[in-house]
Amino acid sequence: MNFNTKHTLVALVEDKPGVLNRTVSLFRRRGFNIQSLAVGTSEQPGLSRMTIVVDGDSAMVEQVRKQLDKLINVVKVSDITNEGIVARELALIKVKSNTSTRSEIIQIVDIFRANIVDVAPDSLTVEVTGDEDKVESLIKLLKSFGIKEISRTGRIALTRGATKR
Amino acid sequence: MKKTGAQILCESLIREGTEVIFGIIGGAVLPIYDTFSQYPQLRHIMARHEQGAVHAADGYARVVSKAGVCIATSGPGATNFVTGIANAYMDSVPLIAITGQVAKAFIGKDGFQEADITGITLPITKHNYLITDVRELAKTIKEAFYIAQTGRPGPVLIDIPRDIQQEKAEFIYPDKIDLPSYKFVSRGHVAQIKKAAKAINESSRPIIIAGRGVIISRAYDELKELAEKAQIAVVSTLLGIASFPGDHILNLGMLGMHGTAYANMAVQNADLIIAIGMRFDDRATANTEGFAPRSRIIHIDIDPAEIDKNIPASTPIVGDAKTVLEALNREVESKNHLDWLSQLEQWKYEHPLVDIGKGHDLLPQYVVRQIYEATQGDAIIVTGVGQNQMWAAQRFIYTKPYSFISAGGLGPMGFELPAAMGAKVGCSDEVVWCIAGDGGFQMTIQELGTIREENIAVKIAIMNNGYLGMVRQWQELFYGHRYVDTKLWNPDFVKIAEAYDIPSIRVKYREEVAPAIDKAMECPGPFLIDFLVEPEENVFPMVPPGESLTKILEIPEGLALLKR
Repeated sequence: MNFNTKHTLVALVEDKPGVLNRTVSLFRRRGFNIQSLAVGTSEQPGLSRMTIVVDGDSAMVEQVRKQLDKLINVVKVSDITNEGIVARELALIKVKSNTSTRSEIIQIVDIFRANIVDVAPDSLTVEVTGDEDKVESLIKLLKSFGIKEISRTGRIALTRGATKR
Repeated sequence: MKKTGAQILCESLIREGTEVIFGIIGGAVLPIYDTFSQYPQLRHIMARHEQGAVHAADGYARVVSKAGVCIATSGPGATNFVTGIANAYMDSVPLIAITGQVAKAFIGKDGFQEADITGITLPITKHNYLITDVRELAKTIKEAFYIAQTGRPGPVLIDIPRDIQQEKAEFIYPDKIDLPSYKFVSRGHVAQIKKAAKAINESSRPIIIAGRGVIISRAYDELKELAEKAQIAVVSTLLGIASFPGDHILNLGMLGMHGTAYANMAVQNADLIIAIGMRFDDRATANTEGFAPRSRIIHIDIDPAEIDKNIPASTPIVGDAKTVLEALNREVESKNHLDWLSQLEQWKYEHPLVDIGKGHDLLPQYVVRQIYEATQGDAIIVTGVGQNQMWAAQRFIYTKPYSFISAGGLGPMGFELPAAMGAKVGCSDEVVWCIAGDGGFQMTIQELGTIREENIAVKIAIMNNGYLGMVRQWQELFYGHRYVDTKLWNPDFVKIAEAYDIPSIRVKYREEVAPAIDKAMECPGPFLIDFLVEPEENVFPMVPPGESLTKILEIPEGLALLKR
């Protein structure tokens, strides 16, 4: 069955100048909108792991996966959407606060097992980690206090257990 | 011993077996050109435009089946390469494009003649490099040739800043490739091959579609063995035309928009298609919805991304065509599909190509036919893009794998003249005919200068109909006969040739054709014939855009059906 759904691709790529450009450019060329993209060093020296979330039907995503795999600097790329995965995102949220709202915000933050990482006279900065739903829920709750700024990492993911991608 | 970057480049090219470089000098490649005199074994051919150089390297690569090499300066030199690189990418031609770049310190500062050519060519190269350290140069060239020539071949660009060409490093040419992330599969999956063989053995109406991959992997003997052993008729894509002998009884010619009616009928009625080294391009499949409705599909290709891209395969085999066919031929049983083959014979008899008659008028198809008669098929035909290309594809009988050189994927008009020049340089013993359109010819006409200077004995046949013919045909058929901007004011091509000191002749009538061709062949150097052909002759058969292969219009009278 082909229907549009969010796909999580994980790519192991060489850590060289221009590799991010090559990878991202391929999504543009094949007409894909990247929903989120996270890149960082991996356990292997000289290689980075990218987590890319895109919307598309399975056949199209498989086509773009194969095209990605052809890039010389891409070591391996897998669509892990239908596998057991651990996926996390980190968000920093700067919320307006004053003496009367501060404790209520802290309570909400505690419920979400999030952290306050900066306190200013008129704002609090909250750090939250979790799947997208958790991050979204917290943002929704904090909206009533007034959100000044948000910065999100996008999804990073690994398969569960012994499988290595 | 330490060598300069320019010397390292030349030494490395020689080690890769490069004999010819097509290029144009400029500021950012001066140090490279300055060292050419030290390496007389590298022949440099000075083109008149970088597009000419890159198409020439492409034509050269297609006939010698190793990487063609071209070189241009930074900025405009490099951007003039773009069409030729995109063309090589679409047609899987191994190409090494070397560009000069401004000195390292000036990169990103918008200096004179700076262009981000690695950025620009990112989606049209198999890979590209910007050299930032002279010590990386030799290793990079080694990798570039390896990437360009293995797996599914393609163009690789190397951008070399001017100062790196002058800096020195110890020259050690690596003998090994260290590219852990580059991989391709040669051998097909054994179980898939067995599955394919079973499908072939069980099929009653099988058809082979052969593409350029057969030529690239030099699998023509294996293809012939498969066709003969299992008695399967072969149709080809445009670029696969010479992969199977044109005079073979099992050859049905080209499929697709301007393919033969019987090739398309064969595909539409087959119960099994064995697609080898082809990518189901839309000009070959027409509307994919109606493509081969009764058929299962075995798809053999070295590029996994081609599997299921345009047409889903029931049995995909990723691998090199030659290796896969060798294995497949061992599993395939001898067969004769008498009913099916006699059906195909009957279609062939009932639906031939348009009769070009015996009249006085000069039909372009007649010219192609006469070139075939004069050469007995022993020639390399290099075409332009458009009507001339289709007539060359339909009317010449190709019996040698490298005898048909054409830009199929990108379709750049102006390919013909420089590509023919490159093909002749690559195969100096062969007769090379350039079949040009009057429109496309003027897009790279300046290469007449290169041809004269280097005395490259290309025979040029201009199919001069005074129109951008293929577009005019579409205007006639699909845009109510409104010829907007397709009529060409043309110069006197005979005088142009004269100005370039190339012997030439103009031909208006059929009876002049054969003598003119003979004259061209007798001439030891280049020769140009301006054929004033019937202005509004159309290419038939034709599958109208958007229709399936079943809806092929075979004869001009078919137009009436279209208009109804």
